[in-house]
Amino acid sequence: MAGDERYGRTDGQTGGSSISLSDRPTVHPSNRGEGLRVVGQPLRKVDAVSKVIGATKFADDLMLPRMLYCKLLRSPHPHATILRVDTSRAAALAGVKAVLTGRDLPIPFGILPVSQDEHALAPDRVRFIGDPVAAIAAITEEIATEALDLIDVEYEPLPAVTSPIAALEDTDTPIHDYGDRGNLHKLINLEFGDVGEGFARADHIREDILFYEGSTHLAMEQHAALAEWSPGGKLTLWSSTQTPHYVHRALAQVLELPPSRIRVIATPNGGGFGGKSDPFSHEIVVAKLAMKTGRPVKCTLTREEVFYCHRGRHPTLIWTRTGVTKDGRITAMHVRTLLDGGGYGSYGVASTYYTGALQTVTYQIERYKFQGARAFTNKAPCGPKRGHGTPQPRFALEVQMDKLAHDIGLDPAELRLRHLVPPGSVTANYLQIGSMGLGACIDKVTAGADWKERYGKLPLGRGIGLACSSYISGAGLPIYWNNMPHSGVQLRCDRGGGVTVLCGSTDIGQGSDSILAHIVAEVLGLTLEDIAVVTADTDLTPVDLGSYASRVTLMSGNAALQAAERARDIIARHAAAKLDVPTERVVFADRRVFDASDPENGMPFADAVQTAEAVEGTIGTVGSYTPPMSPGRYRGHGVGPSPAYSYSAAVVEVEVDPETGIITVPRIWIAHDVGRCINPVTVMGQVEGSVYMGLGEALMEEMPHRSNVKNAHKNPSMLEYKSPTTLEMCDVVTYLIEDPDPNGPFGAKEVGQGPLLPVPPAVANAVYDAVGVRVDEVPVTPEKILRALKDKARGKEGRYGPMSFPDIHWPAPTVVPPPWEGGDGRAVTDIRHQGGRRKVSHPERQH
Amino acid sequence: MLRLPSFTYLEPRTLKRAIQMKTNAGPDAMYVAGGTDLYPNMKRRHQEPRTVISLTGIKALRKRPTDRRTDGHTDGRFVLTAGLTLTEIAGHRRIRRDYRAVARGAELISTPLLRNMGTLGGNLCLDTRCNYYNQTYEWRKAIDFCMKKDGAICWVAPSSPRCWAVQSSDLAPVMVALDAQFLLVGPKGERVVPAGRFYHNDGIDYLTKHADEILTEVRLPRPNGWDATYWKLRRRGSFDFPVLGVAVWVRWDGTEIAEARIVLGAVASHPQLVPSAAEVIIGSKLDEEAVLAAANAAFKPSKPMDNTDFGLAWRKEMTRTYVKGALAELRARRR
Repeated sequence: MAGDERYGRTDGQTGGSSISLSDRPTVHPSNRGEGLRVVGQPLRKVDAVSKVIGATKFADDLMLPRMLYCKLLRSPHPHATILRVDTSRAAALAGVKAVLTGRDLPIPFGILPVSQDEHALAPDRVRFIGDPVAAIAAITEEIATEALDLIDVEYEPLPAVTSPIAALEDTDTPIHDYGDRGNLHKLINLEFGDVGEGFARADHIREDILFYEGSTHLAMEQHAALAEWSPGGKLTLWSSTQTPHYVHRALAQVLELPPSRIRVIATPNGGGFGGKSDPFSHEIVVAKLAMKTGRPVKCTLTREEVFYCHRGRHPTLIWTRTGVTKDGRITAMHVRTLLDGGGYGSYGVASTYYTGALQTVTYQIERYKFQGARAFTNKAPCGPKRGHGTPQPRFALEVQMDKLAHDIGLDPAELRLRHLVPPGSVTANYLQIGSMGLGACIDKVTAGADWKERYGKLPLGRGIGLACSSYISGAGLPIYWNNMPHSGVQLRCDRGGGVTVLCGSTDIGQGSDSILAHIVAEVLGLTLEDIAVVTADTDLTPVDLGSYASRVTLMSGNAALQAAERARDIIARHAAAKLDVPTERVVFADRRVFDASDPENGMPFADAVQTAEAVEGTIGTVGSYTPPMSPGRYRGHGVGPSPAYSYSAAVVEVEVDPETGIITVPRIWIAHDVGRCINPVTVMGQVEGSVYMGLGEALMEEMPHRSNVKNAHKNPSMLEYKSPTTLEMCDVVTYLIEDPDPNGPFGAKEVGQGPLLPVPPAVANAVYDAVGVRVDEVPVTPEKILRALKDKARGKEGRYGPMSFPDIHWPAPTVVPPPWEGGDGRAVTDIRHQGGRRKVSHPERQH
Repeated sequence: MLRLPSFTYLEPRTLKRAIQMKTNAGPDAMYVAGGTDLYPNMKRRHQEPRTVISLTGIKALRKRPTDRRTDGHTDGRFVLTAGLTLTEIAGHRRIRRDYRAVARGAELISTPLLRNMGTLGGNLCLDTRCNYYNQTYEWRKAIDFCMKKDGAICWVAPSSPRCWAVQSSDLAPVMVALDAQFLLVGPKGERVVPAGRFYHNDGIDYLTKHADEILTEVRLPRPNGWDATYWKLRRRGSFDFPVLGVAVWVRWDGTEIAEARIVLGAVASHPQLVPSAAEVIIGSKLDEEAVLAAANAAFKPSKPMDNTDFGLAWRKEMTRTYVKGALAELRARRR
């Protein structure tokens, strides 16, 4: 398919985009050498029609007879001890059927086994404004709302921690009684080779401090959950969740029910982006209320409550020091991050590791050191948002690369292209790279943007900037330790020729149901209409860990591929006997099973199923997927490994008004190495959606809190939380690079998150090209640009950004020699630092 | 889900009946037109009428824009009834031709969907806004409320005796700049007030209109030799209320400015006339020097507070840029 270029730019505002497919690889071995018929086709999503006509029933659309409505009373204090809760006045209100407090749900939970620090309702302590304290079930939502005001809670306020810097101070009343020190939830210190020596070998070293503001997911659908308790003692929960399996586990844990008595169904999801990946208070509360009242109970959060569930992007301060040779080779990199975690753990430990994990997978880094800290603060908890922990350090890395290129007089594209991580290599921190299409991505976007002719040459106020990135296609390890598959599929062939595929995976709009159908249809020679997809129901579907970490296409796709191939093998065997041909010659295509050498000699797929079923009984197969082991063996190696890494590059064009600082982004060229498109249109949708979300973070999204009024969130609404409208959305020119990865189904890698990452740093780099000032901080707002311009006009440095990174007392480092220095993936710390803590004295600070 | 509180909804067919209903229901009643301001406010419990009297069924409030006639003679004023939607105002051919500042102000309001519902009268009576006030009941309760609703303090200026909520209508500064007249109908009959006297610089008591009165008509001056424009600053190209509005009206006498009014929106609790800025352009040809002087004069009294989007220092600074831009637009149009 060489030269299959579908190219042409359309206006981003109409949702269109252009596409250019690079040279296609030879067909993946998993397809037995046949040409692909379904995979790679831009087919309509399996759920598209019902979504478009409004027939899809989201969680809040569900109504059951005698259903009650739940509302949650939330803390009005950022940090306080609960002295007393009196619910008697609320319980007495006509129409109120049940009231719950923290006493009713005493068992804690949390998404990570190491952070079991949440309660469905706070029993004795509240940790941010919005922390749930009590719950009402009533016959109408209005009565439930009215009853909230009748619950009397007596609080004793505690000092509030408003920032991670404040969290570094000693305290008598830490927000949690666990963590690495005081209000520091997690401290990480990893060293891959002697960076001091690496810096000594550098021709040029620079240090930068950057800040990446927090942001929320802003999914269109607010979270909602409905619970039913059957008279026979079985709980069913319908919820807009990305992770029904983890919700299942949390319900069993907190409600003390056997998992077999709980059924969790993930409803069609109006957007997740990571914001629906934790088990939440309202899910547990409606379950408990249903058990208590014997009636179905529903809770639909308000937009403000979604801001309090949060789990959004961690605001992160980043210090980064990089040494390069004259030609830009990175001899050493040292990164420090400080994350504002908010009031609870959530995925925070993983988020913290992610701020240091993926620096190494784009450009070769000989020595690498990472120190990360996550602070508890009295704000809504942060967690995973699209790109989970990696957009912040990626912003720092890509802005610093731009500065380094200027420092040493190299073109920023050239600097990157010279030192790409080779495919199939292992990085300094022991990440196994598979396919690596970043070079092709850079080539595409620089050609598209006419980079060589325009970079550095546009008139004042106009500029272009480049940035690159990479992201995981699923995490190498599950969230709770186990050695079972990460994704399972059951597949059943019907006598009528239909195939049902059952999988625990959760379609959150990204199209994962359609991916299952594509893969099964491809293998069995069917069309999407022949495939019934049943997903995300813990009673019906095998476990898939959930829609997070960009894992679903690769992992459930591989499980589906295995199940479909097993079904094909069974059917082929019996069809071959009937057709009197060798099994190897049997082909599945166009709803037929036939002889490759004599296509006339064949039968309809349904007949082939019947032939097989007559001998074998019901034709059903299973498939499952477990990621390969990572080469890392050190403590902390679990975050970063992935079966495959996607790559992206973007060139952003900006227009900046030097008088006001007002910035607009007319156009973005983005290339994404997705390995293989299972469906190029849904891939493009993910690229454009990522660009949109990245643009919002780059230009305007913020999570400010009001320190003068108890650290309240300043703008918990869709009007005042500023996110781009269609008018701010730029034109997007998309290039899809297909460099198949050996670990992906048909070579496919992720696309749901990675394309967000290059956008914010490319915006900042383009601003520098346009007006010559650095905004080392996201969002890049007119106010900041103008401040930097004024400083520059006064002869100061034309820069807006953080000035310092605080001193943090890091734990002794885990020292792991890189692979090229004889390392075997294990830490040697015990040998080097026997008998105690190494003094961390910043030996590399001199330069 | 955020629910409306329960309330009585009345649908009068005439102005007289509406006023009667309001008088009967007393201070717990409010009029509503498009509802794009009141209903969200009711959901958040910062406006809590027990009775809501809809003006949408009153035909007299939705007449076609027309020249005003008294005793068969036109006085040259152009009459817009208050119930016209913002979409209708923005798209009206004669408004676009003769009153382009009005059309522009209207089309910059919120979103197409809200302009289809929102009315001229509603926008001119828009509740003042503040990001300590435009929050849910639970949020406001957590911060112990503010003086505009349920509380005692102004969180923007804690030592202030008055409320600093922000005038956030895009059409109000335009009407003040044009010196439009508003017709109010109440229990005691009709009265006409100039737009400039319709507003108070007080976040709570921001209208001189009595609660029982209905704004029924806006009378625009005859288009004879004057020009006007409106510039709006906001974060995004849609949805957002202004964080700064600049309405400029000038009357040309040949190549010179004979009269002028410059009005700032969204930097005070009322549309703020800046006579000092107007004075410096009177007698000028709107040359660069005069424009700059007017921009500097407008900059000084522009005192935004920290209760909208963006930082107040940048908003103040943009006053200069926006006044300059608006005047340059008028100069360019004259040439």
